[in-house]
Amino acid sequence: MSEDQIKSLEKEFEARIARDEKIEPKDWMPEKYRETHIRQMSQHAHSEIVGMLPEGNWITRAPSLRRKVALLAKVQDEAGHGLYLYSATETLGASREELYDQLHTGKAKYSSIFNYPTLTWADMGAIGWLVDGAAIINQVPLCNTSYGPYARAMIRVCKEESFHQRQGFEIMLKLANGTEEQKEMAQDALNRWWWPSLMMLGPTDDKSVHTAQSMKWKLKRKTNDELRQQFIDQTVPQADLIGLTIPDPALKWNEERGSYDFGEIDWDEFWQVVKGHGPMNKERMKARVGAWERGEWVRDAAMAYAEKAQNRKEKQAV
Amino acid sequence: MMSVKNWPLWEIFVRSKNGLEHRHCGSLHAADADMALENARDVYTRRNEGVSIWVVESKHITASNPENNGELFEPAQDKVYRHPTFYDLPDEVKHM
Amino acid sequence: MKNQYLYNYILGIADNSLILGQRMGELCGHGPSLETDIACTNISLDLFGQVRSYFQYASKIAGDGRTEDDIAMLRKEREYKNVLLAEQPNTNFAYTIGRQFLFDVYHLAFLKELQKSTDLTLAAIANKCVKEVSYHERFSSDWVKRLGDGTEQSRQKMQEAIDDLWTYTDELFHLTESDKEMVSQGIGVDATLLKDAYYNSVKELLEEATLHIPDSKYFQKGGKKGIHTEHLGYLLSDLQYMQRTYPNMEW
Repeated sequence: MSEDQIKSLEKEFEARIARDEKIEPKDWMPEKYRETHIRQMSQHAHSEIVGMLPEGNWITRAPSLRRKVALLAKVQDEAGHGLYLYSATETLGASREELYDQLHTGKAKYSSIFNYPTLTWADMGAIGWLVDGAAIINQVPLCNTSYGPYARAMIRVCKEESFHQRQGFEIMLKLANGTEEQKEMAQDALNRWWWPSLMMLGPTDDKSVHTAQSMKWKLKRKTNDELRQQFIDQTVPQADLIGLTIPDPALKWNEERGSYDFGEIDWDEFWQVVKGHGPMNKERMKARVGAWERGEWVRDAAMAYAEKAQNRKEKQAV
Repeated sequence: MMSVKNWPLWEIFVRSKNGLEHRHCGSLHAADADMALENARDVYTRRNEGVSIWVVESKHITASNPENNGELFEPAQDKVYRHPTFYDLPDEVKHM
Repeated sequence: MKNQYLYNYILGIADNSLILGQRMGELCGHGPSLETDIACTNISLDLFGQVRSYFQYASKIAGDGRTEDDIAMLRKEREYKNVLLAEQPNTNFAYTIGRQFLFDVYHLAFLKELQKSTDLTLAAIANKCVKEVSYHERFSSDWVKRLGDGTEQSRQKMQEAIDDLWTYTDELFHLTESDKEMVSQGIGVDATLLKDAYYNSVKELLEEATLHIPDSKYFQKGGKKGIHTEHLGYLLSDLQYMQRTYPNMEW
């Protein structure tokens, strides 16, 4: 194809997206669109399955049977969401095994929030409330993104996730209304998860490389800073409601802006974790790689069995 | 490390209740059709979404090429006489 | 307690689901594939759902204010009455599947009988559980076949797991005092009557999976009397951690 032809295809492609048309797997698309989508969707999928680990850490220790089944169902949903997203990515020609390989060798990124440890039961509340809260803000606009399989996966994800944040907030609520010890546990969890949750919405707009292009392709509807502000504005009143204190002395309602002003985020910490030196980066990767390697003989066995069964069937047919 | 042979991809269709058609709801990996059915049950009907499941290995699906959309689908656009609104009837005519 | 026998009987059944559910739950996030991970968690969720039905009933019978969680999480080691099979660890996926399979075949036959119980609550619980456990049995049987008749390596691992777990199967058919009392009242299931059919169907499937039937005549027992393997203590310290560390609180 000549350069001119590609240019005109690209123009038509961008126009389709601008008209809110969806792009489907077999449609022509610019190489950059494909690459960007493989990267973002697989990062999203990786975040779901690495995200199973910090919460999975408390399944065996959940304090009641009711909490245990809710947590199990939530972590299971995350596996499901990872699966939907890997499947959507596969429509662009990247196999799940390739994507795993990128994750396991450190080439692919995932949300850095999951590199923090879950130390107490209250962390299950804080993650559901804050981390899922921040994730929802990011995810809801994606239900309307330009790539059809991604949008469809996100609709399913968002529908299923609606109980996740409630599950977390209910845990916090119960702790905040509980004994002195429980209140302390809840406050401590909020203290530890608040700042990483703000960081989760990504670097500030002036440091964010992908935003303009992502906006055009509807991979993003709002900038990182706008999302962060939205998250803070909706979360602070929730904390007030249950009597917990946001660990930010600079936090203050700004009448003029109709938003909260907030303190400086420790971006050095953010970049340290992103670059692989957070408290749990190594452990999380070890757990993922370990599960995959321990599972290899199991997956191979299933394939071998399937082939044998197929052969038997064919022989019978002859 | 990668396995020599990976579980193939399957497309999953779920009927949400009798009377409705099966609808494509997503895909997953499985070593064989039985496993694909079991996995589909666990992955796509956790919330009571289905009463029947079809699975088909993705490689068996033949899809039309969007490049041919013009010749495939556009000719149907101006055949308005296939739709009831094409025909003018007086308002007094009922039940038609 | 007026209904001590019935109470003990329910706990005996429920503890199997509790301990096995806990074991399956450990795997969540660590399964051999995403799809299998989700399937194993479903089994765990089914089992915990059963546990809640049983313990809520037991709590009503006890009538002393103890909740389902008190019963599940605040007993001492010797007071747990699950069979030894249920508490065996997830040594590898073959052990997970082997344990599940050897239990499921028993569990399904047991529940089918329990559906006929003259205790209507127990019969109703069994009615619901029997559908879940039918699926468990199908799932674990299929996997035993895949691993047994898969690769050379998987056959070895599956065989080793079956050989090791076999010693815990006989206990499934022992009757405690409460069991006998409940059988005589038409409430409980006479598990001794399930034994022959159990070994027949297990053997049939193992053969289909190209595995050897273990010929050991030596069996371990004790779980039903609260005499467990060393594994249970660790499982309980996880299960009970919150309730023990923060007593008398609501979650």
